[in-house]
Amino acid sequence: MTTQPAQPAQQAQRQYAVDTVENAAVTPETEQPYAALGVKPDEYDRIREILGRRPTSSELAMYSVMWSEHCSYKSSKVHLKQFGDKAPEVDFLLVGPGENAGVVDVGGDLAVTFKIESHNHPSYVEPYQGAATGVGGIVRDILTMGARPIAVMDPLRFGAADAPDTHRVLPGVVRGIGGYGNSLGLPNIGGEVVFDPCYAGNPLVNALAVGVMKKSEIKLAQAHGPGNKVVLFGARTGGDGIGGASVLASATFDDGRPSKRPSVQVGDPFMEKVLIECCLEIFAEDLVVGIQDLGAAGLSCATTELAAAGMVSAGVGGMDVQLDLAPLRDATLVPEEILMSESQERMMAVVTPANVERFFELCEKWDVTATVIGTVTDTGRLRMTWHGETIVDVDPRTLAHQGPVYHRPYHRPVWQDDLQADTPDSLSRPKTGEELRETVLRLLASPNLADKSWVLEQYDHRVRGNTVLAHGEDSGMLRLDEESNLGIALATDGNGRYTKLDPYTGAQLALAEAYRNVAATGARPLAVTDCLNFGSPEDPEVMWQFAEATRGLADACQVLGTPVTGGNVSFYNQTQRSASSAGGAVSQAIHPTPIVGVLGVIDDVTRRTRLAFEQEGDILLLLGDTRDEFGGSEWAHVVHGHLGGLPPKVDLERERLLAEVLIAGSRDGMLSAAHDLSDGGLIQAVVESALRGGHGARIVLPETVLDQVNGDPFAALFAESAGRAVVAVPRSEELRFTDMCRFRGLPVARIGVVDGDAVEVQGQFSLPLDELRRAHTHTFPALFG
Amino acid sequence: MSARIGVVTFPGSQDDQDALRAVARVGAEPVALWHRDADLHQVDAVILPGGFSYGDYLRAGAIARFSPVMEAVIAGAREGLPVLGICNGFQVLCESHLLPGALIRNGGLLFINRDERLRVESTATAWTTDYAVGQEIVIPIKNGEGRFTADEHTLDELEAEGRVIARYLNNPNGSARDIAGIANAAGNVVGLMPHPEHAVEELTGPYPGPATDGLPFFTSILKQLVAA
Repeated sequence: MTTQPAQPAQQAQRQYAVDTVENAAVTPETEQPYAALGVKPDEYDRIREILGRRPTSSELAMYSVMWSEHCSYKSSKVHLKQFGDKAPEVDFLLVGPGENAGVVDVGGDLAVTFKIESHNHPSYVEPYQGAATGVGGIVRDILTMGARPIAVMDPLRFGAADAPDTHRVLPGVVRGIGGYGNSLGLPNIGGEVVFDPCYAGNPLVNALAVGVMKKSEIKLAQAHGPGNKVVLFGARTGGDGIGGASVLASATFDDGRPSKRPSVQVGDPFMEKVLIECCLEIFAEDLVVGIQDLGAAGLSCATTELAAAGMVSAGVGGMDVQLDLAPLRDATLVPEEILMSESQERMMAVVTPANVERFFELCEKWDVTATVIGTVTDTGRLRMTWHGETIVDVDPRTLAHQGPVYHRPYHRPVWQDDLQADTPDSLSRPKTGEELRETVLRLLASPNLADKSWVLEQYDHRVRGNTVLAHGEDSGMLRLDEESNLGIALATDGNGRYTKLDPYTGAQLALAEAYRNVAATGARPLAVTDCLNFGSPEDPEVMWQFAEATRGLADACQVLGTPVTGGNVSFYNQTQRSASSAGGAVSQAIHPTPIVGVLGVIDDVTRRTRLAFEQEGDILLLLGDTRDEFGGSEWAHVVHGHLGGLPPKVDLERERLLAEVLIAGSRDGMLSAAHDLSDGGLIQAVVESALRGGHGARIVLPETVLDQVNGDPFAALFAESAGRAVVAVPRSEELRFTDMCRFRGLPVARIGVVDGDAVEVQGQFSLPLDELRRAHTHTFPALFG
Repeated sequence: MSARIGVVTFPGSQDDQDALRAVARVGAEPVALWHRDADLHQVDAVILPGGFSYGDYLRAGAIARFSPVMEAVIAGAREGLPVLGICNGFQVLCESHLLPGALIRNGGLLFINRDERLRVESTATAWTTDYAVGQEIVIPIKNGEGRFTADEHTLDELEAEGRVIARYLNNPNGSARDIAGIANAAGNVVGLMPHPEHAVEELTGPYPGPATDGLPFFTSILKQLVAA
């Protein structure tokens, strides 16, 4: 049954020799190109052991993708386990890791689902489509949970801003994110754009999506109930993204077929938009038993995960699929390719026979192609036929859950000690007011700290009309309910330099910063999603970075009470280029870059705190302790090209205390503005807040702060110590707020006042806002305009 | 009595919910209209919202004009039905020949999402009576193909007949004569590239503001319909 006219007869019988299960059983000696599919010899042996025969070529295709690093997490699993083992006890987690995305109870009858994923390599090969389909993929994960996707965010990392290849990659990535996300009607409410030479050849294109649903409407990816129908709907299956499957097909084909297709998928946001609306109407009528999107490993993954999850949860299950019924964009595709195709904008649903008709009516309403291609069974097997012949007959759990697990060897890099010993202490520092002034301008204009409007104006942050805060604020904030003003906030952060210096601390700092950013806007941090971007797991030094970073993140999540609800690991972010940074075996890998996304909830979004200095006369207060910390700092990077020493210390209890104060200040209306301190330190935060609000600031560095840094104004202004924020409070609230800080034990120092048209540090320098604005805004148009 | 204002959803419409919200905020009754539905359900006015109807893969608005609902909208507009096309809706109105000219790729070739200052040029349309001529307002734009173009004769005619309803103060995309919006000769059909429905709430409107300069588009039509 299909909602579309029958497609031209598929001429698959021509020269194609179907490798059937029957055939495989009697031809054990047939040589199979498993190595070309990335299957290791021992993995191949294990497949044969599981099946009791050699796999058919279709089965081999499925095992190769399902047991790939990307789908099976075989190198990372033993470390990711800590996120569960150390998970804090919370009462708001409705769905944890393992499903398409975690789900969090945000109050009332609402639940929020969010997740971050990488699309790094495709975005390097083909920036526009790679980035576009990265958005599409993560949005389908959110949709699959039963939620309406409501926003996206994109943390990005590129090579040096002035490198030629960055000028190929960045504009394409940005246009791709905008082109796809804008066409889906999803506001883009935050993210990062960071440059470092280590990402040349390995840009990081991570995409986060968030969705909302009623608690009662959570959907799971499970195929229950023998006799239920398996429906494939959305786009037709084409030859995009088939990657290695061509190895299997080329054995039987010479020519006469469409040329080899690119390994990067091509996105159709319009298709995805109608698919979203169609799915939401289907969900609203409760027409599905289970649902799964087709992402990496396409049909292989969707069928095996649905069938395997059904068996695990119901104790009985299985699935029969008639693969030749899958609607194709290219009629010459053979089963191995269909199984591996990563064509975008496809979904698979399990539907009771009684609901099939209504399901198809809704698909017809939205002009979405839908086809019943299979049935849930109770055989415990996933069976697939191709024009009547059986080509797959496996226990789906062996594909989905019983993949290889590697305890990869790891050890602390030999160069780590030298790197940490190479502290920034000996770097020459600005001493005079004039030198400090020049340093402010230089950092403000540096690509990592410069104004990103050139990028952000290509994204729609307004659509759906619930965006309370977006780019340029500490977190993105969305209203969920127009009656109660309940809302959520999201921030992503990650610092590869810190993590390179100390992976354990670096990962914790990423969490601490995202957590602080959410709290700075007045929201209570609840839960975490992470995208762990690393080099090759086969390099023991990279693996050590990974092990340390996951341990650090898991420990920090435990202390802060924010469980990891899901995420993604991206390995092999390294190239063969010869450029070396710290030297040694990992010189070709990116800095280890865990990106951490924190979700927070706010009872009343009208209470949000912005970062802009809006009121002349407001008192500026510095919260937290400042230390002489410059290891991995933006200053060392920009001014000295230096990376060494240790990253800033992390004090999670302090972070929690700071967050409590920021949230209380917001809730009780004491704060006019709040801005977290991170890259570039205090002065960068003050300048950003001044520029955004259009009001200057007069800063007087107090003795209490100077005493913490040996009296060095440079350190007071530029150190990147964690656990700090600058806030503006109305004079009438100053005493109440500082009393609260002292009562709770949070260091607070009065550092100045919102005033005038310049940022002035008394006794050092004064910089007019116009001059600051020019420095801040000219960089991106000059580079990319 | 209140007024029923319909908002058409084409496949690929994005700002339909925002337009419906803006209608409700001023106290009118929002009515969702579906592209396949030739029946306008007795609405008193129609908004064609922003988005990418049918993906806009051919040319923005080029497919939407052929949808069943547009037959009814076009017929109604010729009879005086108030119609406001916002962004993609403006593109659809041009493709439908309810308004002259066309919207082409922005001068800088990039999608632009930005708060823009506009000057209201005409209050003699169904959708702009609550503004003052010469009033400066802040309304967001967000489009990739928002550059208004028409032949010189048409532009002269639009100017002469007072049918330019708003101009950009800092032309963001190379629009001819800074034109941000125009009306038909009768004044019932208005096309506007900026998005007034995204400037109706202090909480979500342009920052640092003014945040609600888009509201008068919706109060104008409501007053007129209630008075009628």
